[in-house]
Amino acid sequence: MSPQATTTGSHANNSDQTGRTTIDPEDVARFSAIAEEWWDPLGKFRPLHKFNPTRLAFIREQLCSHFNRDQSLARPLEGLSLLDIGCGGGLLSEPMCRMGADVTGADASENNIKTAKVHAEQQKLTINYRSIPAEMLVEQNERFNIIINMEVMEHVADLPHFVTSCANLLAPGGVMLCATLNRTFKSLGLAVIGAEYILRWLPVGTHQWSQFIKPDELTGHLNNAGLSVGEFTGVTYNPISDRWSLSKDTAVNYMTIATKPD
Amino acid sequence: MTNQNTTTKPNQVSRDVVIVGGGLAGLPLALALSAHGVSVSVIDVLDPLSATDAAFDGRISSIALASSRMLQHLDVWADLAAHAQPIADIVVTDGKVREGASPFFLHFDHEEIGDEPLGYMIENRYLRIALLKAVSRAIEKGEPLELLAPAKVSSLNLDSTQPVVSLVDGRELVADLCVAADGRGSMVRDWAGFKTIGWDYDQLGIVTTVEHALPHEGVAQELFLPSGPFAILPMVGNRSSLVWTEKSELGRAIMGLDDVRFAQECEARFGSYLGKVTPVGPRWSYPLSLQLAQDYVKPGVALIGDAAHGIHPLAGQGLNLGLRDVAALAQVVVEAKRLGLGMGQMNVLERYQTWRRFDNVSLALVCDGLNRLFSNDIGPLRFVRDLGLGLVNKVAPARKLFMRHAGGTVGELPKLMQGREI
Repeated sequence: MSPQATTTGSHANNSDQTGRTTIDPEDVARFSAIAEEWWDPLGKFRPLHKFNPTRLAFIREQLCSHFNRDQSLARPLEGLSLLDIGCGGGLLSEPMCRMGADVTGADASENNIKTAKVHAEQQKLTINYRSIPAEMLVEQNERFNIIINMEVMEHVADLPHFVTSCANLLAPGGVMLCATLNRTFKSLGLAVIGAEYILRWLPVGTHQWSQFIKPDELTGHLNNAGLSVGEFTGVTYNPISDRWSLSKDTAVNYMTIATKPD
Repeated sequence: MTNQNTTTKPNQVSRDVVIVGGGLAGLPLALALSAHGVSVSVIDVLDPLSATDAAFDGRISSIALASSRMLQHLDVWADLAAHAQPIADIVVTDGKVREGASPFFLHFDHEEIGDEPLGYMIENRYLRIALLKAVSRAIEKGEPLELLAPAKVSSLNLDSTQPVVSLVDGRELVADLCVAADGRGSMVRDWAGFKTIGWDYDQLGIVTTVEHALPHEGVAQELFLPSGPFAILPMVGNRSSLVWTEKSELGRAIMGLDDVRFAQECEARFGSYLGKVTPVGPRWSYPLSLQLAQDYVKPGVALIGDAAHGIHPLAGQGLNLGLRDVAALAQVVVEAKRLGLGMGQMNVLERYQTWRRFDNVSLALVCDGLNRLFSNDIGPLRFVRDLGLGLVNKVAPARKLFMRHAGGTVGELPKLMQGREI
């Protein structure tokens, strides 16, 4: 951490805490470095870290109200199983675990999963990370009370099939939180040209605008999969305060909640 | 907090936050955090009993209105109310010893901005007693709070994912966040490599209590004398606390005077408005300096109170700034914990730094500037500053702004300072 910090030498690195790791020891060093990058709030993933509190606040509020949990508790989601689809380095999985949920993080990328595992162990968090596509989880008959499906759908090749798989992974009475990008001229300007080409927040080519999803299209897919859809909430960025906030404007980033009948 | 919340070594315990320093900033922070479910250990080098002894700290603190709201919210105020002298007015004058005040003066009357007082004067030892009582009550209620005192910190290790605080007795505390609330000479601040800037004022702050024949009517007097500001701060009863700023050399001489001579020197500065003045109790003296930390946060560490900013006491704002740090840091940490974010992460802590640093530095520099402007006897400067005081007094909006500053209700107030739940 800080180069000026004093060292007592008693446990100067993380490896002594990662004895239970399932990762090849040689990989640990490499993925620790990547994890450090993922988790550096001022580094490469700064935009995600900036965005994270806003969507976490939304997730927490929606889940507490759906499952009738006390908002003031530190771990309101105790006893609920949660699947984080496209978990990446675990930026959502870890907070959800701290909120008390029993978290499974799934990502198609083996590297992401290794990175997430290394970091969770450093944080002493128990998260079941799996390098597996959603469709495979369906085959294994997995069921979850909560699915976090954020910033993934705009990258999926067969959206109706993917949404159906997600719905099948939900336990009765379960809920899925969705976040994605709207296909509007504003999102082309802000999310693609602005974020990728001008601000360089994201690598060029991260998003294909044509794959962005209009709210009514998403509603259609979710309904077809047997889920009922709640209100749509926009997430907007204020460049002056450098803050994200929830809003009624769903023209770029938006979120919604879909519930499965009991 | 960690999922398992287990200890990794037999002598190691895990907490959300470790606060080093159980003083007037550390204890309120501990209360604010534990009341919101954030687990806290407070470490203080002193035995709590000795720190509440009358001989330990003779100072008196002004508690701005906003600060008093937070102390009410933290269940500390009930034990303080009987010892809190409301400040009805603040009178600022420019004067010379034995000549009395100049005809130009500033008068802040609380009735101009509302019917609440501008703040309260409370003796530090009563603050400590009330805070320690509130801590005991919180622990009895089962809040996740412990006070380790007397206990001494031997080192801070920031090389692993979480800060590790080691005690001299061999215990170790692992936390998401280590807070330095250990005052001007903060060890935690130095161990973590924070840099400070500042300078000595070559002034001594002499503090003592006086009794007087006439009531003070809740008026705080700030008299700008050539050698430094001389404050007469109302205490409960016919008593006032003097905060007498004097050039270091002369200050040491005044400290050495016998009681009779000391009383004469007081009267020469007081004038006659309080009747006969009798010094009671011991005299304390504190060298005055400005000391500002350049940063308030690093991964896993945050500075609050005097560890972050030691300012000139002339405006009585030191503790109020510290309590505003407490309210802001508590809000940032509690919100992070609710969202499952690491409480020591920079994106969380940066919000605290942005929130507090500008306010603290600007007030420190205003006090520094006032001290420089007034602590001299240069004729033309005297004329200009008297004109300035007169002008501010004539312009109601300026006067009201000064008063709101004194009351601590300017800027984006943390929720606790509004008396609200986080």
